[in-house]
Amino acid sequence: MKELDITTLRHGTDLVKRGFSKMQKGGVIMDVTTVEQAKIAEKSGAVAVMALERVPADIRAHGGVARMADPTIIKEILNTVSIPVMAKARIGHFVEAQALEALGVDMIDESEVLTPADPFYHIDKRCFTIPFVCGCRNLGEATRRIWEGAAMIRTKGEAGTGNIIEAVRHQRMVTRMISTLKTMPTVKIQKVADAYCQSYITSYKTLTDQNVDDKTIVFSSSTYGVLKKEVYDILKEIKQLQRLPVVNFAAGGVATPADAALMMQIGSDGVFVGSGIFKSKNPEKRAKAIVEAVAHFDEPETIADVSKNLGDAMLGIEISSIPKDQLLQERGW
Amino acid sequence: MNRVFQEDKKKGKAILVRQSKDIDSCDALIIPGGESTTISRILVNSGMYDVIRERMNNQDIALMGTCAGCVLLAKELTDTKADVKLLEAIDMLVERNAFGRQKESFEQSVQIKGLTNSYHAVFIRAPIITKTWGDCEILSKAGKEIVMARQKSYLALSFHPELTDDLRIHRFFLEML
Repeated sequence: MKELDITTLRHGTDLVKRGFSKMQKGGVIMDVTTVEQAKIAEKSGAVAVMALERVPADIRAHGGVARMADPTIIKEILNTVSIPVMAKARIGHFVEAQALEALGVDMIDESEVLTPADPFYHIDKRCFTIPFVCGCRNLGEATRRIWEGAAMIRTKGEAGTGNIIEAVRHQRMVTRMISTLKTMPTVKIQKVADAYCQSYITSYKTLTDQNVDDKTIVFSSSTYGVLKKEVYDILKEIKQLQRLPVVNFAAGGVATPADAALMMQIGSDGVFVGSGIFKSKNPEKRAKAIVEAVAHFDEPETIADVSKNLGDAMLGIEISSIPKDQLLQERGW
Repeated sequence: MNRVFQEDKKKGKAILVRQSKDIDSCDALIIPGGESTTISRILVNSGMYDVIRERMNNQDIALMGTCAGCVLLAKELTDTKADVKLLEAIDMLVERNAFGRQKESFEQSVQIKGLTNSYHAVFIRAPIITKTWGDCEILSKAGKEIVMARQKSYLALSFHPELTDDLRIHRFFLEML
């Protein structure tokens, strides 16, 4: 440990957590399941790796309950690469998150790709020193996760499909709603904030069969009154910034360099690639190509150039062929 | 940086450099935070590395590196196996992720030579400057650790002035030009 007076240092503040996410901007974060894959990802220019047991396409194929990865694999990867290492915890499974923090991962993905652990609540991410990234389908989910302490938001997309349509849908849902906030009167924004708080009320009612007032504790130690006010404040900030107050990545279906550049052009700050790389024919080449495409997302010549001769992309799945109860994006609220 | 130009009514413009030809119109470059291995790869692959080195040889460029940028400006790294091609601008030895992983990232006020009041600095998986020699001047320490140094028109910081609203370091760099 370096010789600094630890008592004067402020760890785990919003500035430090959000700052970490900002350092990932314009980059590609790759899912890896082995040390070898992590090395390939780092060598290809990934800004971080996501350590997990199985990539989403395999989770989808295998079925069963998907959980946090074996700490042995995570530790090995932590010891191998110098770029940040992230790992996934189940929605609401704060003990998996505590374990991951203890292991020393740099960021936790509270992910719908794993089987949710809590039917009522997402993790209270404010209690942790390390930052979280969470998925969203729309501005409501994004706002709730930011209020709960997420330092990065990503689209859910539909993981493990190699099909970009859901990621595009979710990015557009978020962007469109942010632009409508621009001209929205204060009273209406208050109503939107109230609507965004509904899922906490629903959980409370289901658990207690009682109604909620401003003093009712609805999430962790926060009352409904505080929740409403803070969600409203986040929306006001979004209105003013005309973007989310945290970094916003694309995820869930990116398979090609052009997919990645498409997400960047419609407003993502960076890209997560899950199955897209290591389920393709030539992972190393594809990984490099996606990194280049994200760095030069608005230069068509570069996209065309890096897309040449990559070998087969992952086969991919048409979304309508997936039974509704097997859609990963439906997990979380 | 554009805010400094605006507020101080100075002539100048900050642009985003993504290709080597973008550098031609610049008097100074800021190499921001991020991952040093990733940024190094982009610099080398895009040809920017060679362009910057040539401008350094001709002594007609100023450089400011924050965090990962600080790593790239170093002459040497403690981790000799690191997959990073250094710009070798400043006589200093740098240790990457010196405080540990993200859990150990922190905020802390530091005193900077040349600035009257303390500066609130944000350290994220930050490097430190473990040794300096030659013409390198130490500008700031956090505890005993060197976190800011300068040599000629090159400035290195292990923290992130771009994450706070305090523009004094950007001004400091402009005055070096």
